[in-house]
Amino acid sequence: MDGLDALKRKYLEGIAAARDEAALEALRLAALGKKGEISLKMRELGQMSPEERQTTGAALNRLKDEIDAALRGKKAALADAALDERLRAEWLDVTLPGRPRRRGSIHPVSQVTDEVTAIFADMGFAVAEGPQIESDWFNFDALNIPPEHPARQEHDTFFMARAPGDDRPPHVLRTHTSPVQIRAMAERGAPIRVIAPGRVYRMDMDQTHTPMFHQVEGLAVDRDISMANLKWVLEEFCRTYFEVPEIELRFRASHFPFTEPSAEVDIRCSWEGGQLKIGPGESWMEILGSGMVHPKVLSAAGVDPAEWQGFAFGMGIDRIAMLKYGIPDLRAFFESDLRWLRHYGFSALDVPTVFGGLSR
Amino acid sequence: MKFTLSWLKSHLDTAASLDEILYALTDLGLEVEEVHNPEDTLGRFTIGYVKAAEKHPDADKLRVCIVDTDEGERQIICGAPNARAGIHVVVAKPGDHVPGIDSTIQVGKIRGIESQGMLCSGRELQVNDDHEGIIELPDDAKVGQRYIDYAGLNDPVIHIKVTPNRPDALGVRGIARDLAARGLGTLKPLEVVPVPGSFPCPVPVTLAPEVADRACPHFIGRVIRGVRNGPSPDWLQRRLLAIGLRPISALVDITNLFTFDLNRPLHVFDAAKVEGGLVVRSAREGESLTALDGKTYALRPGMTVIADAAGVQSLGGVMGGAASGCSAATTEVFLESAYFDPITTAATGRALRIASDARYRFERGIDPAFTEPGMELATRMILELCGGEASDLAVAGAAPDTTRAYRLDPARVVSLVGMEIPEADQRATLEALGFTLAGEMATPPSWRPDVQGEADLIEEVARIASLTKLAGKPLLRGDAGVPGTILTPMQVRERAARRMLAALGYNECVTYSFIDRGSAELFGGGSDACRIENPISSEMTHMRPDLLPGLLAAAARNQARGFADLALFEVGPAFHGGEPGEQHLQAAGLLVGASAPRDMFASRRPVDIYDAKADAEAVLSEIGAPAKMQIARKAPGWWHPGRSGVMALGPKVLCAFGEVHPRVLRAMDVKGPAVAFTLFLDAVPFPRAKTPTRPALVLSDLQAVDRDFAFVVDAGVEALSLVNAAAGADRTLIESVRVFDQFAGEKAEAQMGAGKKSLAITVRLQPQARTLTEEEIAAVSAKIIEKVGKATGGSLRG
Repeated sequence: MDGLDALKRKYLEGIAAARDEAALEALRLAALGKKGEISLKMRELGQMSPEERQTTGAALNRLKDEIDAALRGKKAALADAALDERLRAEWLDVTLPGRPRRRGSIHPVSQVTDEVTAIFADMGFAVAEGPQIESDWFNFDALNIPPEHPARQEHDTFFMARAPGDDRPPHVLRTHTSPVQIRAMAERGAPIRVIAPGRVYRMDMDQTHTPMFHQVEGLAVDRDISMANLKWVLEEFCRTYFEVPEIELRFRASHFPFTEPSAEVDIRCSWEGGQLKIGPGESWMEILGSGMVHPKVLSAAGVDPAEWQGFAFGMGIDRIAMLKYGIPDLRAFFESDLRWLRHYGFSALDVPTVFGGLSR
Repeated sequence: MKFTLSWLKSHLDTAASLDEILYALTDLGLEVEEVHNPEDTLGRFTIGYVKAAEKHPDADKLRVCIVDTDEGERQIICGAPNARAGIHVVVAKPGDHVPGIDSTIQVGKIRGIESQGMLCSGRELQVNDDHEGIIELPDDAKVGQRYIDYAGLNDPVIHIKVTPNRPDALGVRGIARDLAARGLGTLKPLEVVPVPGSFPCPVPVTLAPEVADRACPHFIGRVIRGVRNGPSPDWLQRRLLAIGLRPISALVDITNLFTFDLNRPLHVFDAAKVEGGLVVRSAREGESLTALDGKTYALRPGMTVIADAAGVQSLGGVMGGAASGCSAATTEVFLESAYFDPITTAATGRALRIASDARYRFERGIDPAFTEPGMELATRMILELCGGEASDLAVAGAAPDTTRAYRLDPARVVSLVGMEIPEADQRATLEALGFTLAGEMATPPSWRPDVQGEADLIEEVARIASLTKLAGKPLLRGDAGVPGTILTPMQVRERAARRMLAALGYNECVTYSFIDRGSAELFGGGSDACRIENPISSEMTHMRPDLLPGLLAAAARNQARGFADLALFEVGPAFHGGEPGEQHLQAAGLLVGASAPRDMFASRRPVDIYDAKADAEAVLSEIGAPAKMQIARKAPGWWHPGRSGVMALGPKVLCAFGEVHPRVLRAMDVKGPAVAFTLFLDAVPFPRAKTPTRPALVLSDLQAVDRDFAFVVDAGVEALSLVNAAAGADRTLIESVRVFDQFAGEKAEAQMGAGKKSLAITVRLQPQARTLTEEEIAAVSAKIIEKVGKATGGSLRG
């Protein structure tokens, strides 16, 4: 049995000292190969007595397993060491930039339109649309602005050219989103709750005006809607849209031909270091015009004013975008300066929802 | 509309402060735009008396003055030539800010002698332009009195915005009436006592039939003779100056005062320059008038004029004529008070482009019942300020009767406004505004032409009650539970297209809907139907036929700023006609320059049509377009003829894509390469049956087999025809056919012969029932080769 111990020591030491797979293989053959030392010893078992055979056989088998495990273990260790060696040589500069990927953006007008839509959707308003080249009847007459009304002049209207011999009043580029009120009511009747966002046009171009801008119209008509409901809806909207815990609105009597009574709506705000902040403060900022839909407007849309009443409001989308996101210049909205689009634009996946928050 | 506080108080008896008045004005709908309060800039300056003035020992032009002030004697050095002993002056003391030089006075030494203040000139105080010397006040000035009080300058100027429905608020009295109704004092009575004529009016007046009905139903005149038309008194000049009007002469100033005080425009003719009687009539073709602004206007029939025997002397309700105007030499004046209707006045003013205070008021509607009272009040003032004696009135026509009454329904007021306003308050409000109430009917006053129905009564009540007090009341959704979808399928599609394009790396632009004619013509537009009659600039004359010109112009601007590689998109309307509804929804994308910045991966290459095509297909797939579309080479002329195409379903074009025509790029100043696509979102069909259920997923356990084929074909053969031919070889077995290589160009021709190229496809076979044998695969392969050969003339590449 001493022979086995010596054998064991010899091979285990040899395996531990082996430097590569070839040396290991040589050791394996020398120990466990057909003519290896252990195999030869196995053959000798046949000449032994049954008792001797039992003890020696078991010892040999143990030795064989032991050497086999040592060989496998060493083989794995050698492979690991080789891999480590290779990886040590495999070095890349991780500070180099990744492969270029373009990053797109959503224009603030689209983003804010989506925000407004999300809030009003939650209050049960659908989205209505209408043509941008509009007949003067829808843009003016139906909204209680007859041809001689001074408000027509104040609208700075763009007119479409008329072919010679076509004596109809010229079509206009809609000066407000209000004609969509008429179209929506004529189509859907009452009760109705819709908003109508979109492009509108006025002949005005200076520091703070562009000949095209965006408005959103709101309309709610039912049997007993009051101006107090209008105020609540606008309060809910402004609080949610501006993402501030408290807002205060002030209704101020005004005049629009298509609403009566009419009110301009101011929101409480503060100016800090030239930056406007909606919320507590000493100042008021005018943000929209509103009122109770004029009975003549309801009638023009085929809704009986004896039975139905409601409110309407109109607000500048570009303007509330500027107020919320601190965008200084309206004209830049339509100049498509890449630096501006990237700076004020929004991520494609930044879809505003009431449940997930309007802005990130 | 501008007025001063003291002017307002000439009509309103009130103890309210300026701030209270300003708040109420805005709240009443008479929005305060600006307030100029002289107290803020002039309040600290007091009157002093120069007791002694000695020449400064070290300066010839300076004087050392000893000035008596409210704070005792002061030594002040002054350089003004008129600084001398014995005059009353305006003193600025140390700490006072002098507005005209924008600096604060300090005690200082001037050439060694202390100066304890400053004596001010008119320009330094910004009260006038005088800077020849310091202000010298008459001897009635008291030392220590505030200059602002002494000079009567302590009168804030209020500028309000008057909405077009409120002509009555274009007179100070109307504003006072609103404030009184609100409870800020009481409206002072306006007493009208007719002036008895002492001789018959020598200028007869008549209304021609064409104006008597509508354009000018009422015209009153009278002559006042023996007047002296000198400068008007100080109080009158100050009022006019305060609101930015230049005093001219007493007669003219009086008419201006009535315009702004009582909203009663008047006109004065020099009676000596009027030949015969005056007739109000429509202008005749070829007539013209040189008006008071010195310009000559060509008149047209339909314009209301006032003419004498010599011709047109005045444009009714718009502007008087120069020839018959009053001057300092006028001794006999014909005073006119008339009612001109809003529509004719507005049309005349618009046609002639005359913006006058009279036109502004007549076109909004003045009080038709006030023509004669206005005449009497003005006569009195002329007699008072200019002397003379008045004739009888010459009257043509009569005041139009505008009497009408509407029902006041107090419950409806409460229901519409949502505020509890007691009936008694509602009635009191209307009465304070001049309405006459009889039972439940309310008759509006003659000065409120805007009140045309019950709704207007409600507005008046709510306005006076104050909308600021309105408290919000919840407006809950009518339907309980989870709200349904509110966007239409098209709205959902528009949003999906927009977000997809941004996700693909494009920056969204919003460009103008109108573009210049040249650009519109390049894109198949620019017709007269899409022309704007009154464009704001030559760059914005036509409605855009396509979104690409806007994007290309944006690209050119960005290139000029040094941004060469661009990916821009827009989603919005394009216009194919000038009628309402002749617009369609497009989504357009534009790629310019290189696909990527320079980097070590060689990612950078010029953009090509396959970039545009891939992005267009990604959007189409996102919005639910069918996977299979026809591709045709029939894109319109603004595309590169050989490098563009359309994706279509039968006759319906869903998308055009390709390289933008180099000529278009040159015209729009864009440096290429530029590839683009226009998607016609309205044209994409919606799925027929909308159900969230997906078709069942059929999976085969049998492994698919891929086989590659390379064909040699004519260079003009399109890949799609080859792919379709291969796919048609066995429709059940062939799952997909995909092009994976193209070998074309000179090298290819050298190998395969002139005019040839090679296309390589990979075909995936999906067995359904059992594994395919080599023989079966060989059979399908042979079929594919045969079909491709038949369809394209191609053969397997050796």
